[in-house]
This record gives sequence, structure tokens and C-alpha cells, in this order.
Amino acid sequence: MPGMTHVLDPDALSREGRPLPEPLEPFSDVTRSDAAFRAFLHGLPGVDQVGAEARTNVLGTRSIKTTAKAWAIDTAISMVDLTTLEGSDTPGKVRSLAAKARRPDPEDLTCPSVAAVCVYGDLAGVAKEALAGTGIHTAAVATAFPSGRASRAVKLADVRDAVAGGADEIDMVIDRGAFLAGRYLDVFEEIVAVKEACRRPGGQGRAHLKVILETGELVTLDNVRRASWLAMLAGGNFIKTSTGKISPAATLPVCLVMLKAVRDFRTATGHQVGVKPAGGIRTTKDAVKHLVMINETVGADWLSPDWFRFGASSLLNDLLLQRQKLRTGHYSGPDHVSVD
Amino acid sequence: MTSLFEYAPALESRSIVDLRPSYGLFIDGEFTEGTGTPLKTLNPATEEVLAEVATGSDADVDRAVHAARRAFTRVWGPMRPADRGKYLFRIARLLQERAREFAVLESLDNGKPIRESRDVDVPLAAAHFFYHAGWADKLEHAGLGPAPRPLGVAGQVIPWNFPLMMLAWKIAPALATGNTVVLKPAETTPLTALLFAEVCQQADLPPGVVNIVTGAGETGRAVVAHPDVDKVAFTGSTEVGQSIARAVAGTGKRLTLELGGKAANIVFDDAPVDQAVEGIVRGIFFNQGHVCCAGSRLLVQESVHDEVVASLQRRIGTLRVGDPLDKNTDLGAINSAEQLARIRALSDVGEAEGAQRWQPEGDLPTRGYWFKPTVFTDVSPAHRIARDEVFGPVLSVLTFRTPDEAVAKANNTSYGLSAGVWSEKGSRILAITNKLRAGVVWANTFNEFDPTSPFGGYKQSGYGREGGRQGLAAYLRSATS
Repeated sequence: MPGMTHVLDPDALSREGRPLPEPLEPFSDVTRSDAAFRAFLHGLPGVDQVGAEARTNVLGTRSIKTTAKAWAIDTAISMVDLTTLEGSDTPGKVRSLAAKARRPDPEDLTCPSVAAVCVYGDLAGVAKEALAGTGIHTAAVATAFPSGRASRAVKLADVRDAVAGGADEIDMVIDRGAFLAGRYLDVFEEIVAVKEACRRPGGQGRAHLKVILETGELVTLDNVRRASWLAMLAGGNFIKTSTGKISPAATLPVCLVMLKAVRDFRTATGHQVGVKPAGGIRTTKDAVKHLVMINETVGADWLSPDWFRFGASSLLNDLLLQRQKLRTGHYSGPDHVSVD
Repeated sequence: MTSLFEYAPALESRSIVDLRPSYGLFIDGEFTEGTGTPLKTLNPATEEVLAEVATGSDADVDRAVHAARRAFTRVWGPMRPADRGKYLFRIARLLQERAREFAVLESLDNGKPIRESRDVDVPLAAAHFFYHAGWADKLEHAGLGPAPRPLGVAGQVIPWNFPLMMLAWKIAPALATGNTVVLKPAETTPLTALLFAEVCQQADLPPGVVNIVTGAGETGRAVVAHPDVDKVAFTGSTEVGQSIARAVAGTGKRLTLELGGKAANIVFDDAPVDQAVEGIVRGIFFNQGHVCCAGSRLLVQESVHDEVVASLQRRIGTLRVGDPLDKNTDLGAINSAEQLARIRALSDVGEAEGAQRWQPEGDLPTRGYWFKPTVFTDVSPAHRIARDEVFGPVLSVLTFRTPDEAVAKANNTSYGLSAGVWSEKGSRILAITNKLRAGVVWANTFNEFDPTSPFGGYKQSGYGREGGRQGLAAYLRSATS
């Protein structure tokens, strides 16, 4: 055999240096007017939809086996934002989810816990309390999630409320109406205002801000790239694909474009932003495809829960089933993982 | 440093292939001994001998041509066109059924990654049979007059870069139009053609319709020179193509040649950069650059040169090299020691002439024939690496300032097989593609193939088209010709 297949240069994607602690602002002038911001966003290189799909299709053929699969499953579990966003959510449901987040597989103590539990803002306090001492973050959706159709005052109050309830992370939605109407600066300023509202009372820093682009409503990949840059320039810590309430939610080409945006943004500013695909990722295979895509397009710097998350609910159970299968050699059934 | 997410080996099993120690010639529906000195075919990734393969002598070629003639006059020529179509459909389905076997064998014998043989070569080979099967009973609609007739016996010589796919490009149109064939596979990659011979038996194809005579250059010469061959089709180097054209001149044989190339891949400053970089990689590193239509000359607008080259180099570092049978391999082995020597020699010339050679970090396997993906910058149109076909994973980067300069540089080659244009501006793409003297022009993609699309060259890239309605003309005589 000609030796194990290997990547030519494992450092190819990370040679550009470490992220800087504070964002540089080489682009501070692009938001000086609506016209300038529009010219900047429309001046970003275009995205060819066919080419982006072709790339994700090839990456989708990667065959991840044995030790690589085991690593990928555990990494994916550690990246899950375990989510419940239903009108019927109750404190009991949130506490049960928190218990699962802490110990996803009660029969196997080696199974990692998830990254965060994601709930509506009014339940952030319940989640925070249930997760106390675990290191697992409480994430809360805000800004009139999922449509974002409310006045800015209402949206900001929503954010402050969730932060006061103990949310470590805020998942906001952008104003897609304003974006599609070309009022980019409005969208930008709203994100900046939300980021300010993420400040914790008593000067204890800020909740991390994830900016949901709702790519299913932006439709084109050119729009996805523009919205990604907009959100990063406004100070978003993460860019997130979807609310999960609109179809299509996360797709591989959309995630690819967002990954390339965070990569280019870091190259340009030295500031690293995370990516969170959410909605529609239900199987281990889907999750592994995302990890492969990170690995081969932006590199290992994003292969951690600090920089990549899966917004999901049913995904976790499939990851657990596949994990059990790897460990025991056979498939168990849905009764061997806990219901949510 | 090892990467955080290291892929475990994911080897496609060799056991699906029943490799025999030696193979004969396929003449008149049966495997027979060859009378020449047998050849050994190697796995270029390991230099291990895979099998011994017969060499067809002049006498063997003569037997094959006689068998083809007999089959043409007695069976295949007179057969109802719809029935010929049924055989082709059957062959296409068998290729699909045995796809994994063909893919593994192709990767073993050629050195190309299983991902490509599995996802490109074999599916396209089957697609060519399906496409031409449909034509078999519709030839009066091919635009060649009311009742086009077959030519007779086609002598076909194919290269080692896409052994099965090139076989399909040759045999499918010949059979669909009612001709019979004698095909000579390349010396270094005969095995999938011999497996195809088994498929012909399995499909109950009448004896003599397809004959496969293995061997080296001498055998090919005998096929081309045989007086009872009506049509010669060759894919390979320009040098050999020229000698075939000389041999065929004045004989009345019809000839199509698909030869070398030095394609320009033109990237404008308004291109979708990420996808263009993917297209550049696909253009030159697909099949280790052993592609006649490879995008071996990157013409990039000067204003985005640095950005594109940096992005390209970063991307090249992520390519996975190694065992062709590993499903995650992107770059396989160079097909032969001879080809490796040629790639090395031309790359050395590039450096000697003053171009900057760049190769990624990382090691190559120690056994077998390997060459690192290579990018030359500061290349001038006068450099040999900008003019000669390397037929390997070597890219020459040139720059241009205006669209007119891009067209002038793109056309400044003795070849004219393919070209690519990258721009988000539709009007520019249409304007530029019309000015490029190349048989195939891709816009915002590269190295895409489809049986419905005619393929062939200008100038020293040859003449005639393969695929599409146009490709049928090479195998038919219209009422007036």
C-alpha cells in the first residue's frame, strides 16, 4: 500500500495566525452611510450557487470511519445547542432538557455534555438554574423571535429580559424585511443596539450574541454572504443560519458560504466569529458532513464548541444511537435513548 | 503537526475484482492468446505487477479486423437498428451493475482516486452507452440526410488517462451507428477494457462486433494501418496523432483525432472567487492533471492575482494524497514512470526559465509514482510550461489586464481543445466565449462532461467531435458523402 491517505498540509488553513482578542476595524468607514454600506456589501465577491453545491456534494462523499467517526460524534455532541422552542414549553420540559444536556447518555459517563440549552427568553431563568455548575450555557432566543416583527424597543426589552434571566447567549433574529428592502444600515444598527442590550446588569460583561440570518428567507447565497458580513461588522459573536421555523433551514451550501465569510473576516480583521447552522440537521451523517466541511474549508480553528454549534433537538438522539453502535457493534433502538 | 480531525483509512475493497494472472486478446467474441511478447501492467501507486497482458501482433490485428468485418457484413450491419439499441442499453445497464468492480479496477490500473473512478469515469461511461443506445434507431434525425449508413470497421486507439471512459466514447457511437470495432487500449491501462470484453460476452453481443487487442505502440500502428479498416479514431498525444494522420493520408479512411491541449482558464476580477478557486483545482488537479482538456494555464486578472493565488495555495494544501483506493483520496498516483519523468523534466525547465515553482508542504508516498501539485507563478507566455502540454498536476499562472489581452493570451497556443471563463457578468461571458478558439468552453465551471455535449478541438488538438449529435457524423456516411 502506498501509505495512508493524508492531507498534504495540515496547517494550510491555520497559517494565518491566531485571532486577536479585540476586533480591528479596517471597515469602520463602510457603515458611514446607507450608500457606502450598500456599495461595500454589493462589492463582495459573488457566490456561484452551482459551484457551491458542487463543492458540498464532493465534501459530502467523505467517508468517515472508526476512530474518525468516534471523534466526530463526540465533537458533534459537544457542539449541540439542545433546543426547545415551542409554545407548549414548560419549566418541567426545560428542566428535563437540562438534565439530558448535562448527561446525554445516562448509561455512559464518557459521553460529553452538550454546549448549551436554547430556550425562549421567559424560560432562561429556569434553564440557568437547572444548569448551574455544569458549565453548560443557557442560550435564549430574543428580538421577537422568530419573525422579528416588532418595534426595536420591544426587541431590546426582550433581550434585556432574557439577559436578566441569566442567559449566557442571546440568539437574535435580523430584520429580514429591512434587509430585503435594502435598508442594510437599519439592520446593522439594530444588531449593534442588541449587542449593547446584551450587557449584563452590574457590569459583568456581555452575553454572547448569535445573529440569526434566517437564510431560508434571504434565499440567495449572495444575500447570505452579505448578511454574514453585515452581522460580523455589527459585532455578532456567532452567525447562525436559521430559526428552525422556516424551511429550508440550514443547508450545506449556506453553511459553506457562512464559513468562508468568517474565514475571510478573520483574514481581514483578525477577529474570529463562530458559525451555527440550525434546523434541519437531524442525523449523525448530516452533522459529520458539517464537521468535514469545517475541517476542509476553514480548518481546525473552528472545530470546537467555542466556534461552531449545531442548533438542534432530534440530532442529539441520533448521535447517541450512533455512539452506542460504535461502542457495542450493534444498533439499539429509540427506547435506548431518552425522549425529550 | 497532525490535524485535529484525522480521517481514518476508508479503503474500497479490492476483493470485488477478480484479477487474473494473465489476459489474452478479445477477438471474435472469445479470449485468445496473443502472439506478441506479453506486457506487464502495474499498479502505479505501488509498482506492484497486476497482471500479464497479451500483445497483439500484426497477425492478431488482422484476425481481429477480419472478425469485425465478418460481424459487420453478416450481423451488425444488417441488424434492425432498434435491436442494436437493445444491445447498447444492455451494456449500459451491465456497466452500472458492475460499476464498483470497474471503478476499483480502474483505480488499481490507472492510479486515479476511487472517488473519481466511482463518481466520474464509470457513470459517464455508462451514460455514453445509454445516450447512444437511444440514437441507434433515430439516425435519420441526426441531420445527416434521410438514411445515413455506417462506415464499416472502426480501428480505435485510446489513451491511459480515462481508460474505460475513452473506450465508451469510442465504442458507443461506433456501435450505435452500425459499425464494428477493433479497439487498442493503452499499454499501461488495459484491464478495464478486458473487463468490458467480459461485459460484451455477458450481454450476448454477437462475436466480432467488439474486438479488443492489447499491446503497445506497434499494435496501435497495425490497427491504424490495416487496409480493411474504414475509419480510424484516436485519442492521445499530438505527436502520435500527427503520425497517424500521415499514415492514413490517401487511404480513403475516415479519421478523427482528439489530441493534446493547453487550456486557458480565465478568471476575471468579478469572478465568484471561492468557486473559481475550486474550478482551478478541478481544472488542473482532476485525474492528477492527466486530462487533455486540463485548465493548465490560469489566466488571472492582475488586480486579483495575489488574492486568487493565495487562496489557491491554501486550498491545495488541503488536498488529500495517497492510496487511490481510499475513498477520501483527492490526488492519486501518476500513471507511469515515463509520465512522471516527463512531468519532472518540464517542471525543471519551468524553473530554469525563471518561473517561480510552488508546492505545498507535506510528504508523498515513498513507493509508486507521485508528483506534488505544483503552481508556477511569474510565467510568461514564452515559457515552455506555458506552451507545452505537461499532462500532470502542474499549473502555470499568467496575468492579463483587459478582456482583449485575456483573449489574445488564451488563443496564443498551438492547441485549442478547451477553455474556461469565470465571471459573474453574463454579457462578458458571452462576449469572451465567442472569441475563444477552443472546442469546449466552460463558463463558471470546468471539466464537466456529458454525452449530449460534443467534445473535440481546434488546431493541433485534433479534429472531429465526440458526443452529441455532432459526434455521430464521425461514424456515418450520408447519402451524399
